[in-house]
Amino acid sequence: MAAKVIYEKSRGLKDNPLTYCPGCSHGTIHKLVAESLVELDVLERTIAVAPVGCSVLAYNYFNCDGIQAAHGRAPAVATGIKRVCPDKIVFAYQGDGDLASIGTAEIIHAAHRGENFTVIFVNNAIYGMTGGQMAPTTLINQKTTTSPYGRFEETTGKPLLVSEMLATIPGAAYIERVSVHDHAHILKAKRAIKKAFEYQVEGKGFCMVEVLAACPIGWNVLPVDSMKFVRDQMMPYYPLGVYKDRANIGGKGGAL
Amino acid sequence: MSKKVLMKGNEVIAEAAIQAGCKAFFGYPITPQNEIPEYMSAHIERRNGIFVQAESEVAAINMCYGAAATGARVMTSSSSPGMALKQEGISYMSGADLPVLMVNVSRCGPGLGGILPAQGDYFMATRGGGNGDYRTPVFAPAYIQECSDLVFHSFDIAEKYRTPVMILLDGMLGQMMEPVEIRPTPPIEADKSWVVDGNTDKRPPNIVNSLSLLGDVLEQQNLIRFEKYAEIERTECMVENTVKDGDEIAVVAYGVPARIVSNAIEELSAEGIRAGLIRPITLWPFPYDVFQNLPASVKHVLVAELSMGQMVEDVKLGVNGKYPVHFYGRCGGMVFDPSEIADKVREIIKGHTPAEPVPRNGKPSDRCTKHTKGGAQ
Repeated sequence: MAAKVIYEKSRGLKDNPLTYCPGCSHGTIHKLVAESLVELDVLERTIAVAPVGCSVLAYNYFNCDGIQAAHGRAPAVATGIKRVCPDKIVFAYQGDGDLASIGTAEIIHAAHRGENFTVIFVNNAIYGMTGGQMAPTTLINQKTTTSPYGRFEETTGKPLLVSEMLATIPGAAYIERVSVHDHAHILKAKRAIKKAFEYQVEGKGFCMVEVLAACPIGWNVLPVDSMKFVRDQMMPYYPLGVYKDRANIGGKGGAL
Repeated sequence: MSKKVLMKGNEVIAEAAIQAGCKAFFGYPITPQNEIPEYMSAHIERRNGIFVQAESEVAAINMCYGAAATGARVMTSSSSPGMALKQEGISYMSGADLPVLMVNVSRCGPGLGGILPAQGDYFMATRGGGNGDYRTPVFAPAYIQECSDLVFHSFDIAEKYRTPVMILLDGMLGQMMEPVEIRPTPPIEADKSWVVDGNTDKRPPNIVNSLSLLGDVLEQQNLIRFEKYAEIERTECMVENTVKDGDEIAVVAYGVPARIVSNAIEELSAEGIRAGLIRPITLWPFPYDVFQNLPASVKHVLVAELSMGQMVEDVKLGVNGKYPVHFYGRCGGMVFDPSEIADKVREIIKGHTPAEPVPRNGKPSDRCTKHTKGGAQ
């Protein structure tokens, strides 16, 4: 009897070995994006925009056209592509240093213009690639290489709530925050990511899914403990859920 | 029947770009180039193009990066402080081998400076303000007709060599009107096999990037790119040279100041002083060779710029010690008139150069105390 295939790597991913650290969430999130593109049958007409950060090499992993953007500029690069190729599927894949710090102008104005592309925002509360520095998303009292005594609100503010902020922008069509720290949440994250691409196919406008992610190497904890950190430390400050959904509020330009 | 129309320099550049097949324009407001995005916003979308007013110059050049990667003809324009902000994207586009036309309608600086015309961006244009080893072809029109012709040419050069290309003019040329005939040329047939336009049902995925983490690989990529630059230096240099046998002095100027120099040369010829003009049309590649092939009668070279002296360094490289190289410049938005250049030539020919050049319309001390009024940003 022939063996029955019950699981295989998505053809939305190339065969290149991932360069991410052990326990990193990027591999899981890549898989969810790849599966969504295949299930929606849009992989062959998709263009991926990679950021500067740990996922700078994302174009080596997604099995579609890829372009690497300057630090924080992925939404501007995606705007240029999508405006010229409106019938293609375009997504920017960005970390929190890229999107929430150096690229705040670009992400806000892409949402503001209602650009019809999808942003996958991977929030691990730290600059991973450069070695674990403080990000705008770093939690209060969290130790990093540039907040060695912990993040102090008095001098560095509170962690930036990007989903809440973008949800106030009329041009945003769909904003949801998810997590990938356990199976149940991975399944929910998959639904959100797929929906963010479905909305693009339907031309609904700017969609962003913020994914709470683990960085065990940057946080200096074991992978299993990093999942607990997402659940116990990040999720209370970064509540999961839908912050904006145009399907529920009517036409483009509706308020939260 | 003449097809000439009276148009402003900035609007000519925009119209020529549309006729050259520019598919997308990304810009941000800054004086004195605003007529370019304004014209684009009114016309390009009605002719199947894209106009986006970006949130910043940084975003605009990165939109160009994305749009150019799809294989489309794309363009941005700005003025000096805005071009400074675009340097990140110019470096990235050079590193990713992407074609784009960038127009710098320059103003006076440094910093916010002012909105009056100047040529203080020569270094930024020809040496690049971005990181890493790269070169940018730079075209410097002196006439509005030349603005139009160079737009078609620049798009072709950008696509032929897969490189950012700049047209550098000053606010005078952008703002003034002249009769012009827009003369479209068919776009070159450029290789587009490398584009990321989401057609991977027909071909394997393409990647556009400037990242290369292995030293030997990146070195090889840079060496290949510099072969391209060497080819541009060999074949794409443009210069207007009116220096004839019998001329005592060659005066070097680019852009509108070259026209002022031409008037000075006429004024001098009436009194028997013979001078010729060398007008680089490409600032990179720079026409270095011209200075080794001047007639034997030439004894001096004078460089006239609306800056404190930037192109003069390239002229010295070209002259390579063969002649004394003199300089006359105005800056801050002040523009020399022909008699200032003629006076400078007379001083050089007579072998006497005053320690402080006296501007035509004022005492030397006035130059330090006069201030132009603040205006639009």
